[in-house]
Parts: sequence; C-alpha cells; structure tokens
Amino acid sequence: MKKSVYSMCGMCTVRCPIRVESEDNQVTWIEGNPHLLAGALCAKGTAGIALLNDSQRPQQPLIRAGARGSGRWREATWDEALDYVADKLKAIKNQYGPESVVLSSRGGPWQGMYKAFIHAFGSPNYTNHDCTCGRNTHHASLSINGVGRKGFAYDIKNAKHLVLFGRDMFSALRIAENNQTLDMLEKGGRLTYVDVRQTMTGAKATRFFQVRPGTDYALALGVIHEVIKREYYDKGFIAQYVTGFEELCDFIEQYTPAWTAKQCGIKEKDLLAFVDEIGEDRPSVIFHPGWNLARYQDSFYASRAMHILNVLMGNIEMKGGLFIPKGASDCGKAGIRSIDCGKPDIRRGDGVGWKYNHFDKGPGLAHLFFENMLKEDPYPIKAWIAMRHDLCSGMPDPQAQKLALDKCDLLVSIDTNYSEFGWYSDVILPESTYLERDTPIVQQKGLKPRLSLRRKAVEPKYDTKANWEIFTELAARLDLEETFPFKSIEELWAWQLEPTGYTIADFEEKGFVELSDKDIFYDRDKLDGKFGTPSGKIEIVSEKLDQAGLVSLKPFEAPPAPEKGMLRLIYGKVAVHTQGHTTNNPMLSELMPTNTAWINTRQAKKLGVETGDLVEISSSDHSYNATVEALVTDHVHPEAVFVYHGFGKEIPRQTRSLHAGVSDQKLMIGKLDDWDQAGGGINLCQVFVHVKKSIRNTKRRVEL
Amino acid sequence: MKKYMIHLNSRRCIACHGCEVHCKANKNLPVGPFLCTIHCTPLQKVGGVPKTEITFSHCRHCEDPLCVPACPTNAMIQRDDGIVYVDAEKCIGCMACQKACPWEIPVQNPDTDKAVKCDMCMDRLDAGLKPACVTKCTTHALKLVTLECA
Ligand code: SF4
Ligand code: SF4
Ligand code: SF4
Repeated sequence: MKKSVYSMCGMCTVRCPIRVESEDNQVTWIEGNPHLLAGALCAKGTAGIALLNDSQRPQQPLIRAGARGSGRWREATWDEALDYVADKLKAIKNQYGPESVVLSSRGGPWQGMYKAFIHAFGSPNYTNHDCTCGRNTHHASLSINGVGRKGFAYDIKNAKHLVLFGRDMFSALRIAENNQTLDMLEKGGRLTYVDVRQTMTGAKATRFFQVRPGTDYALALGVIHEVIKREYYDKGFIAQYVTGFEELCDFIEQYTPAWTAKQCGIKEKDLLAFVDEIGEDRPSVIFHPGWNLARYQDSFYASRAMHILNVLMGNIEMKGGLFIPKGASDCGKAGIRSIDCGKPDIRRGDGVGWKYNHFDKGPGLAHLFFENMLKEDPYPIKAWIAMRHDLCSGMPDPQAQKLALDKCDLLVSIDTNYSEFGWYSDVILPESTYLERDTPIVQQKGLKPRLSLRRKAVEPKYDTKANWEIFTELAARLDLEETFPFKSIEELWAWQLEPTGYTIADFEEKGFVELSDKDIFYDRDKLDGKFGTPSGKIEIVSEKLDQAGLVSLKPFEAPPAPEKGMLRLIYGKVAVHTQGHTTNNPMLSELMPTNTAWINTRQAKKLGVETGDLVEISSSDHSYNATVEALVTDHVHPEAVFVYHGFGKEIPRQTRSLHAGVSDQKLMIGKLDDWDQAGGGINLCQVFVHVKKSIRNTKRRVEL
Repeated sequence: MKKYMIHLNSRRCIACHGCEVHCKANKNLPVGPFLCTIHCTPLQKVGGVPKTEITFSHCRHCEDPLCVPACPTNAMIQRDDGIVYVDAEKCIGCMACQKACPWEIPVQNPDTDKAVKCDMCMDRLDAGLKPACVTKCTTHALKLVTLECA
C-alpha cells in the first residue's frame, strides 16, 4: 500500500519539515515539505532511508553482560530492560535520594518531556549538550538583551549584509536559512565570513577574513571601534533602548583598526573597507552572534561584541534585521499544552543556580557534573540517563568522563544508534528512528509561528520504541503516571491541542498548522518590556555580570601560540554528516568515510608532509593518537590543524566508522575543566596537539 | 518534441552532495555506483576570497550516443526525446557501453550486476515530476531545462 505523510526530519537537529512516501512499510521517497521548502533536502535528509534500513543500529534492548565498554551485550525484552532500569532507579532513589540521577539530552523541542520525567522522579539534574555548543552565545544574549539566544531570529532574506564569525552555515545546513542567504546574495546582498580556514560559506562570501585562531573578539572590537568613530550607529535606538553606551565608547577607544589588523593577522585596509560597507548597508546588517561558540576563553565576550554590533545597527525588530520570534499569544491564540513538571527544590549537582548564579538554570552545564561526581559534592551521582546525548563523543576527554561515570550504579543510553556513551553504558534502550515514530506536537516560533509534529511513515523495523513511549513506560514503573498519564499518542495529541481548538486532522493538509498568515512584527517604538534584563533595557554593561565578579567589557588578551611541534586543534562541521550520529550511516559514510588533517602549506613543508601523506596526531600527553591523511592548503591558519568532528569512533558494531579518522574530543585531554567562566561553554579550541609525519608512509614492501 | 537538460546554477550550489544521494536513494543503489557527481576545483583566490568552481556531471544523453550501438543486446536505448537509458531486462552486464562511452558513464550495479546510468529519472518525468536531483537540490541550484524542438 502506498502512503504519504508529512513529518520532520531527524537526521540533524534542524528538523526540517519533510514529506515521506512509503510502500508496503518501506520508505521510498523523502523530500523537503513542498509547502515550506519546495522539496529541498540535504544528503543527510535523504540518507534517513539508510538509517532506517541499517542493521548496525540496536535492534532490541540490550543489557550489559561484560565489563563496561567491553561490548558484551545480552539481548533483552522491553519489559525486562525497563524493569531493570526502574528497579535500579528505585534502589538509587532509596539509598541516595532522587537527586543522584542525572538525565542529559541533546536538547531540542521535545526536551520538556525529558525534563518533566527527571523532575517528576525528584531530581533537579536535567542537562543537555549545550555546554559544547551554544551556551556562550545564549548567556551572552541573556546578559545584553535579557533573552536567550533563541530570543532573536534573523530576517536574512531581506538583509543587505550578513556577517558570520565562524558560523559555517553552508556546512551546518539549515535549508530554509541557507536559501534565504543565497536569495540575499542573488539580490546583491553581501556576505562577510570570518574563520581560521576557508569553508563553503567563506567560498560564497563577498569578503573573507582568515584570522589568527582566537581573535574573533579582537576583530569584533575593531569593528565596534570604527562603527562608533564614524557614527555608523542608530542614535535614536540607543537613546530609547540601550544603557552602557558611554562606557562602551570609553572602552573601545584603544581598539584601533591598526591594532585589530595586527592581532588578527589581516590587512587594515580590508577592515576599513568592510566598515565602509557596513556604513552603506546599515541598518540591514546582521551580525550573527554565533551558534557553536564553545571555542575560546573569550567566546562569550566575542558573542557579546557581535550582539553589541547588532544593537549599534539598531537592526532589532525590523525587516532585514533581527526579530523577536512570535508564538501563539502574538496571534491572539491559545497555545498548546505540553508535558511538564516543575523543578524540585534541590540544589543542582553541577552547581548552577547556587554556586554559579549568572547561568541559566534550565539545563545547567553538563561538564560541571564530572568533578562533583568524583568528589561526591554536593552529593553522589549514581545514575546517568543519556537521551540521544553522546557525552563521550561530544564532550572533551571521554576517559576523564568515564572515571566519573564509574561512580554510577546505572548508565542508560536511549538512542537510535550506538553511541560511544551507549557502548560504555549498562542498558541501551533503542529508540525508533524518526521515520518510525510519532512525537508530541511542538510550537515553532517565528515571524509566522506554526504548530508541527513528527508522524511515523512506517512501523518500526526492529523491536524499538518512540521516546514518549519509553518515558511513559518507565514512568508507569516509577509511579510517575501523574506526569505521563497518556496511553496513546492520539490521547496525548488531543490533550495538547484541546485549548487551541485545532484537531490532529488540521495537520493533514500541509503537515503543520500556521498560526498566522502574515509576518508579525512588533511596533519598533514600543519594545519596552521585551528585554528581560534587570533594567528592562538592552544592557551593554550588565549588573548581573558585575555581581558574579565578571566585567562586562573585557579587554582583549591575545591567545598563546602553539609550542614547537604542536598545533592548535580546530574542529568543524561538514554538510554530509551530523557529527558522530551519521558517520556510520551506510549512504553518508560512502560519501565521506573518514576525516583528514588540514595543515597550512608552510607548516606542512616544515613537517615534510604533502597532501595524501599520513600524519600522526597525538594528544598533549600522548595518551591518544590517530593516523590520518593530511590535506595541505594555504587556506587554514598556520597555527592550526583542522579536522572534521564526529570521527575516530570505536564502536565495533559500527564497522563502517570503526577507527575511521581522528576524534577531536579524544585529543582534548584535561579539557573538561577548561571552560569559559563567564559564558559557561567549554573552550573546545584551546587544545594543542602534536602533529608529525607518520612512519606508515613507507613504500617499502616486506610482505609477499 | 521535447529535449531535457539539467543545468547547475553554480552560484547557488553549495557542494553539499545532496543530489548525489537523492539520485542514489531514488534508484535504490547500493554502495558503489553514483549516477551524478559534484566536483569542486581546488580553492583559488578571486578578489581576495578563496573560491571554488563547482560542477555537476551526469550522463550527457548524447545526440549520437556511442554506448547505444556498443550494446550487444540492444539494452541501451535512446528515446525519441533523447533520453538514453538501460533496459534492465535486456542488459547482460557485459559493460561494453561503459567502454564505448568517452566518459565511462554507465556503471555496474553490484546488486544486479547490470549496467546502470542516469536516465533523467524518466519515470518521474513521464509522471509529470522533475528528476530526483532537481526536485530535492538543497538550494534549488539544479534546474530541469526543457527544450521544445520541432
Ligand atoms: S544538492 Fe544542489 S546545492 Fe547540493 S551539491 Fe547538489 S546541486 Fe549543489
Ligand atoms: S552513457 Fe556516455 S555515450 Fe551514452 S549517452 Fe551517456 S554520456 Fe553519451
Ligand atoms: S536525473 Fe535522475 S538519474 Fe539522472 S542524475 Fe538526476 S537523479 Fe540521477
């Protein structure tokens, strides 16, 4: 039988809207939702079919039968595995209290459900992967605008100039945003790209700055200096909504274009020409404040500087600028209900909210658990449930993590794939792929807010379950039915939609429900109350930071250069993979089975390395190393060695990706504790590694 | 009569390799054969920005295809609209077409041992749809050009 459903992609966390065709329970076609994306889909989106049919994913619940990480598993029924997890959780709760259980996830629109589960269980310790991603940007936005990083979105299509600091959008891929950017370029708009290496985004740019690693902040300061000097800012907007502008003017005096050019290793005249362009294009210049800015010790301040540039442009709540994403209430409509449960009044195990008061308490900071776990301070952590979060390939130094995880009596991985954490865990609860599962309804804010959901295209191929089923069934065993009372997804949808007046049938036509048929902008003269800062204004100088003993306007400190024989490790994304989630995908691993090491031509010459030669990359303490091919290029900074993230995995059941390439995370020895005290993110680009030509390049032949 | 061409707007293309996979998935191809490929030239500075030239290649659907007469079983067929395709029923997998084609376009499908090549997604065209690579191109950089000939 032929079937067509609208759903949401699950190959990366963008979750593009899709339409899926199937025949006799086999997926035959996936395309971008024609109503929103006109069919467009990326390679990963199409490779969802390969994920679905992949036999190298967990096919039924597994319970560990050997030592942790040994890869010895016993197949279990769902009842057996869920009973096992529930019994352990109950025993831990009795002995150590509910707070000794941590639940981490990747985040995303359904994280409320995971959070509700752990809160209902009695633990405040919900966390997510954001300490290795957007926390610095998030906290930077909170400190200035009083709203998190999702508190603004970008009307790129109508902008005249988009400025990206290391945001390699044509590799990270958000299809709608990418098309907006290309439309803007076609209309004659400009794209300025800043990075330590050239990327596909930089290759599409009208201006490219290859900067010294760790000098994004310096560049942003230099631009602010010139923008202020030339009075390229919106005086009216600043007078109406902004505090701290005087302090900024005093502070920025020292960061001249000549100074900036020297710090960043760029030409002063290029910087000045760039500011000329800003002068022409303002106010429709968008300075993207960064996505994954868990990079340098000053990434939080770099992101603040980018936010400040937007404020100077006065580009907020206007066409071609930043806008506040609108929800149901902005359309005069009632919102959906979602599974929720308040946070228990217990101190968090990561210190956020009592030791660190300037951070968002929502998901806390995952990396701050580990040291506390070792010290059992403020209390022991005895179980870690990872919901599609691969700690061990997403966060630095998995060996250090495992020392702390060894303090746990229970490690559970809920995931569609085997993950490095899952491989080390005690129980794997296999989640159905996104093509095989329904999910609760979510609200997608924007200029035209929507309600959306994921619908299963086919029945599960293996003995797997949807995330909501797993949590509901665990909840039933732990007496948490009050939070998870739903027996079927239809029942859950009906309850979610009840206040809205919509029914699930309203999603049939297009796969989503549009809450407004036109773009909603607030009155730009009445934005008071939209900024959640203590003063209600956009605060360039933040009292909250002050109270935490942090400065708002931090002087730039030049990053250290690598020692002899070492290079700074820089990682990035590629369009055909979603980090380690897809490196074993049958179709995507064929496109890109491994990574290489990008080395600057000058450095390569010193190392005697040419493109294609094997090089050995070792961690600072030589406890981890890998051998990969070199890619020699002028278009990576001489201080850096660049690798794509997500490789170097060591999961024997994933034969395609096993030992393929180098893992950046495994090279980051001791870096779990190297984090941005102001922004909370881990400093993932403050890692130096040894690089040398491998002995394996020999052409000599000894074997017959 | 109609003739079809696929055109890449290389200013829009971001070399995401989506089209290669869209094609493979639509044709249900295993690891090995690709019927279209995206190629990027090494980065070279143009006006201060390192740029790459991106090209999309697939079967040229030649007007006088060398692959067609080379086939001993008449499995390689040229339709009236110029589409050159493999009739899998007749193909014996000898790959004479591959040797005859100046670009070695036909490839062997390891699942079936038969030749396989771009057929402009003629089943989709005949159903009023666009080829898989065009329909799903991430950035709408690929376009189907239809030439009306007398
Ligand atoms: S899918 Fe489109 S954008 Fe991507 S490589 Fe192919 S032609 Fe280029
Ligand atoms: S397979 Fe080769 S010879 Fe045949 S039509 Fe295509 S390009 Fe021409
Ligand atoms: S037209 Fe069809 S067969 Fe030819 S390259 Fe595109 S997707 Fe592949």
